[in-house]
Formats: sequence, C-alpha cells, structure tokens
Amino acid sequence: MITFDEVVKVFPGGSAAVDHLSMELPTGKITVFVGPSGCGKTTSLRMINRMITPTSGRVLIDGQDVTAQDEATLRRGIGYVIQHAGLFPHRTVVDNVATVPLLLGSSRREARRAALEVLERVGLPQSFADRYPAQLSGGQQQRVGVARALAADPPVMLMDEPFSAVDPVVRESLQREFLRLQAELGKTIALVTHDIDEAIKLGDVVAVFREGGRLAQFGTPRELLERPADAFVGEFVGRDRGFRSLSFDTADSVPVRPPGDAAEDGAELVLDPAGRPLGWLGPAVGSPATPVPTGGTFSSTDTLRAVTDLAISSPVGIAVRVGPDGAVDGIVRHHDLVDHLASRRGRSGAERTA
Amino acid sequence: MIDYLQRNQELVLEALGEHVVLALLPVLIGIVVSLPLGYLGVRFPRLYQPMVNVCGILYSIPSLALFVILPVVIGTKVLSPVNIVVALSIYTVALLARTVADGLRSVDRTLTDAATAMGYRRIRRLFGVELPLALPVVLAGLRVATVSNISLVSVGALIGVGGLGALFTRGFQLFYAEPIIVGVLLSVLLAGIADLLIVLVQRALTPWARLSAGRV
Amino acid sequence: MDSSYLFDPEHWDPGAAGSIPQLLLSHLGYSALALLFGTLIALPVGLFIGHTGRGSFLAINAGNAGRSLPTLGLLMLMVTLLGLGLTPVLIALTVLVIPPVLTSTYAGMRSLDASVVDAARGMGMRPSQVLLRVEFPMALPVLMGGFRSAALQVIATATVAAAVGLGGLGRLLIDGLALNDYSRVLAGAVVVAALAIVLDLLLGLIQRSIVSPGLTGRAVRTRRAAPAP
Repeated sequence: MITFDEVVKVFPGGSAAVDHLSMELPTGKITVFVGPSGCGKTTSLRMINRMITPTSGRVLIDGQDVTAQDEATLRRGIGYVIQHAGLFPHRTVVDNVATVPLLLGSSRREARRAALEVLERVGLPQSFADRYPAQLSGGQQQRVGVARALAADPPVMLMDEPFSAVDPVVRESLQREFLRLQAELGKTIALVTHDIDEAIKLGDVVAVFREGGRLAQFGTPRELLERPADAFVGEFVGRDRGFRSLSFDTADSVPVRPPGDAAEDGAELVLDPAGRPLGWLGPAVGSPATPVPTGGTFSSTDTLRAVTDLAISSPVGIAVRVGPDGAVDGIVRHHDLVDHLASRRGRSGAERTA
Repeated sequence: MIDYLQRNQELVLEALGEHVVLALLPVLIGIVVSLPLGYLGVRFPRLYQPMVNVCGILYSIPSLALFVILPVVIGTKVLSPVNIVVALSIYTVALLARTVADGLRSVDRTLTDAATAMGYRRIRRLFGVELPLALPVVLAGLRVATVSNISLVSVGALIGVGGLGALFTRGFQLFYAEPIIVGVLLSVLLAGIADLLIVLVQRALTPWARLSAGRV
Repeated sequence: MDSSYLFDPEHWDPGAAGSIPQLLLSHLGYSALALLFGTLIALPVGLFIGHTGRGSFLAINAGNAGRSLPTLGLLMLMVTLLGLGLTPVLIALTVLVIPPVLTSTYAGMRSLDASVVDAARGMGMRPSQVLLRVEFPMALPVLMGGFRSAALQVIATATVAAAVGLGGLGRLLIDGLALNDYSRVLAGAVVVAALAIVLDLLLGLIQRSIVSPGLTGRAVRTRRAAPAP
C-alpha cells in the first residue's frame, strides 16, 4: 500500500503543484493518476520514488516513510517507466534491462539471465536482446522500458505516461498486454496519464486531479462514470460517460424475449437452417425482397454497452442474442432496454443513499 | 600599451591592414570554391564521403607545414604572401565545402519536394529554396573559418608575411611584451568583430529564424 | 623539389641527436603532455558545468575565444613574460587544449536526452553512476570531436613553438628557414603533416572503438543491410 499523507509540493517561485494530497493506493492494484496538464499528477508520482521531495507531508510505502531509506536504494526497489521509455542509447536491449539487477549487486551473468527472462515475459523475442534502442520501433522501445522496470521484480511500479508516445493501434496492444502481465504479476502500480479513456481502461482505482494539485475524486472507474463527485469530474470524464459506464455490466441481466415478439414492431427475423440470423423483413424495414442484415449479434457475456449499441444501430431497434453455437436464442427490443436501464439507475441511486 | 600604440601607429596600422587582407581574401575565395563543391557533394551522393575525407586530411595539416610545402606544389617563392593566402583558402574550403554539403542535406525534404511540385527547376530551387534554408548551417561554418583564419595569419610571420604576427616576432626578438600584447589583442578584437559581422549578416538574411526563435 | 634531407638515411638514425625520429618523439612528448594537462583541467570542469548547468556561459564561449587566440602571439608572449624554457611553452600549449575540450565536453553533456538521465536516476543510480555510466558514454562522440581538434591544434602549435626554442619537428622548419636550407624545411613540413594526418586517423579509429555503436547509427545501418534473423 502506498499512502499519501497531507502531501504538499510548492516549487520555488510557483504556486502549489500538489495541495494537501491524501490517498491510499491499494496493494497489488493499478491506481491511475489522471487529470489535465499541470494538475500535479506527475509531481505526485515522482514523490513516491523521491525524484521530487515534498514540501510537507509524507509518502509511505507499506507504512514506511520513503525518506527513511537512502534514495538510490529506495529507487532500486521501485520499477520506473517513463514516456519515450528513456532507454540508454549506448547499451544493448539486454544490458538496458539488466541495469537494476546489476545495481543491486547481481553478477553480470545472473543479471543478463534475469533480463532475458523478463524480455520474453513482455513478448520480445531473444533476437532483440543484442540490438540497440535506435534499432527498435517506438512500441518495442516501450516494451523494453517495461521489461527494464520489471527486471529486479520490484513490488511497486511507477509509470509516467507509458503508452502515450506510440500510435493508437500499438497503444491498444501494449495496454492489453500490460493488463495481462499485471494479472500474472499483481504489482502495486501507480500510472500517470492525461487520457481518461486509458485511466478507465487500466485503472482498478482512479485518482482524478484538478488544477492546483488537488484531488477531485478517488474511486473505481465505475464510480467515476456513474457518480462524478462534481461538475469538474463530470466534464473531465466526458459527455458520453453514462454510455461508457454500461461497459461495467454484462448483458446477462437484460430481459430477453422470444424472436417472434418482433412482430409487435412490424418486423420478422429470418433464420438460416442452423438457426443463425439472416436479417430482417417486414414493414419496419420497408418490406424489402431480401432480408436486411442485423448489423451484429451479442451473447450473454458481452457488455451492456454492446447490447445498447446494437439496439440503437439496428434497422428495427432490436438487438439479437445468440447462443454459443451462433443460433438465435432471443431478442431485446429497445423499449425493454430503456426500461431496464432506468431500473438500473434506480438501483445505483439506492446504493448511494444506503 | 597606449603609449606603444601612439609611438608605432603607422607600423601597427600597416600590420593590421595586411592582416585583414591575408585573412579575409581566403574567406572570399573559400566561399566561391566551396559552394559549388558542397553542392556537388549533395547532387552526387557518392562524392560526399570522399570529399569529407579529403577535406579532413587537408584540414589536419599544420599551418606552418602547409605554408612551406605550397611553394613546391604551386611554384611560388618560399617567402611569398601567396602561400599564406592559398593555405588559408585551402583550410576555408576544407571546412566550408563540408558545411555547405551538410547544410544542404539538412534542408527538409518535404520543402524541396514542395518547391519541385510548384514547378521550380533545379537551379532556381537551389538558389531560391535550398541555399537560403541551409544558410544558418553554412554561416556557422563560415564563422569558424573566418575566426580561425584571423588567428592563423600571424603564423605567417615566421616566413616573413604575417600581418599582426610581425608585432609578435618583433616583440620576441627584443624580449619586449608590449608589441606582442597589442598584436594579440588586435587579432582577438579583429576576430570578434568579424564574427559579429557575420552574425549580423545572418540575422539580416534569415529573418524567419529570428521570428520563430522569438515565438518559442 | 629537393627531398635530399628527407631521404638522407643519416637523418633517420634514431641514435643521432637531432635526427628525425628523435624530433618526432619529442614532438609527440610535448604534445601528449599538453593534451594530458589540458584534458585534466578541461574535462572535469566541462563535466561539472554540463552536469549542473552552472557556468554554461563560460563553456559555450571558451571554444570561440580559444579559436580566436593567435597561437604564435600566445607562445611569444608567454616566453617574453616568463622567460625561455619548456614551462612557458607547455603552459601556452595547455591553454590551447582547454577551450575545445571544455566546449565539446559541455556540448556533449548538454546534448543528452533528459529523459534518459531521468530514467537513470529513477532506477536508483547514484549521481556518480549517472555521470560515469550514462552521461559520459553518451557525451563521448561529441567529446571525442573536441579532443581530436585539440590534438591537431597542439601538434600544429608545437611546430610553431620551435620559433621560441622548443625542440620537436618544428626545429627542422625554423632552423631550415634560418639557414636557407629549403630541403630541411620541406622534410620537417612533410613529416609534421604526415604526423598530424596519421594521428587524426588513429584518434578516429579509437573513437570508433570506444563509442557505442548504439550512438553512432552504425548499428542501425548494419542491421538494416543484413536480412532480419
């Protein structure tokens, strides 16, 4: 657990960068610091490994004040990943990754072995080990950056905008792999980003910062989307936050009707011999000669967001559910969906007052 | 020192005048020769590396050695001022040819492509687009060449033609520091003024560089 | 072209006083001493200024100031002020080494990617480790450039220094000029020029071997040329 206890940072000649920050980052979870630029999120992160010293207040790791140890020793026990990776250009990939084990006193051979292991872990083939950073793409460099932070197996990792310097497609895959890796490793991670979508995607817990270095809200991504603490957070998480919060529920709670009920809406679902949907016929789609495609199906493991999207985009306002074999086993009419969403909002309102 | 200057005004001024000519004539020659040479190094990329190598070798020859080898090569008298001018021209070209080539290579490809797309022919594009954009790099090289030339001229005093260097040998023979100090100060001052002039020329010729620097 | 002096075997006898090998050796000796002293002064100062950013005005302008100093004037002034002998000449040579080494050390340190240094600190390197393992090796290409021009400067100035009584290859030039013995002048000029060229090539090779291929782009080129494994 990482604890911020009334932490204040004032830079010389400036106003407060971090203002009386108190929060607890849970062990084994990803806590994302998010906020507009100049909100003190990076400053806060860098106070954990003492790259920046607080003006007042304390930062504790598992109850121990970070200032209790010598700063180099402290940092060797904390993984550190930064934007653009910051790899040593004069060292090969494997030597970059072996840095911290060597600093901790491992022999060259042990350090290299640990480095090769961790490279494999982050999905880089052995053939990359002897390359120099200049020979890697941005995404590969970032992987090496993560490997370098993991090499000495630190319990805590700090990541400052680790995925923001790569293109969106690479970012997606890095984020996915990062979550897979974290599921295996269970590190206590603090991650800074300015991208609220990344925060919601990666964070177990999210700390939203506002200008002046104050904490605007601290909670799970779901709490943030469904119950923003104030107008600032509401604005920051975005206009479609309600829609995005539907990602946190699965479709299995949605009431489903038999396909024949589509007749009430003037539509008929045409199936192939195996029961898979071919498309819609009937007055609702203008009585065409051939079926109009459904535009997609969902299964009970998909998110509520996927169902809603299907119902909205369907030519007849109906989402089609299929079973594991691909055969249709029910439909969701958008009237029913709206009722369901309304009752869901009632439930979360009840939770709030409870 | 002021006293020395007053007593030897004529001598000092003559040495200074000679110094300026011996140092700056090679700069002019150097510019004229290295512009086409540098361009060739870019136009024909295969020439670039050999050109850089030859320039490097010429530039590493010590000045006194070059001063006295030249008579054999170009048939001048050992004590002729032509040797100094040619030697310093060689250094200037050795430095500038490469700088011109690097400067032209540093011009953003998209800009030259844009110029071509707008219908610039090669030569027009060179003078209208590429050279102006390479100017900061070229002028930085010119500053180094000019300042080095001014300080190197005085070595020529050892073969009898050295502008302000004559003050050094004179002071040394008499074991009298004043002419040497005057000579050193004037030489450094001259270098400073020449450097400043080039900076001013650069500002006048590349107003866009200043604008963007101001905005940042 | 009168090359009789250069090719007279007598002048190549290493045992004979004033022979070309002996002059060459002493020339190298003076130059090496000046390079050593100059580097010992300029390198730490340059590293300090580059590392801390304090005194950068000095480091930036040292190079220009050094270039504008007339070497012959400096030599003759030193000797006139301090008397004939090795010390004043060595001081002058050392003074000429300092600016290029100082400026290039500083420039090398300033050219470093700040995020790399940040990463080094963040991983738990102590300041001395950051300097020696990260900053110095990364600054090396620029630094070596300055060292090479300092070396050339010293070889050239040590030649001129024969005019104020220093030994070395400059003796052939200065004495030859005084005696109107052009054959001797030419011999000295050719050997000095060859020495400078060879030394520069040698330093270039040393630079290649001590600078990481990750910094020069060499690694990238060879990797691209070869098919990927």
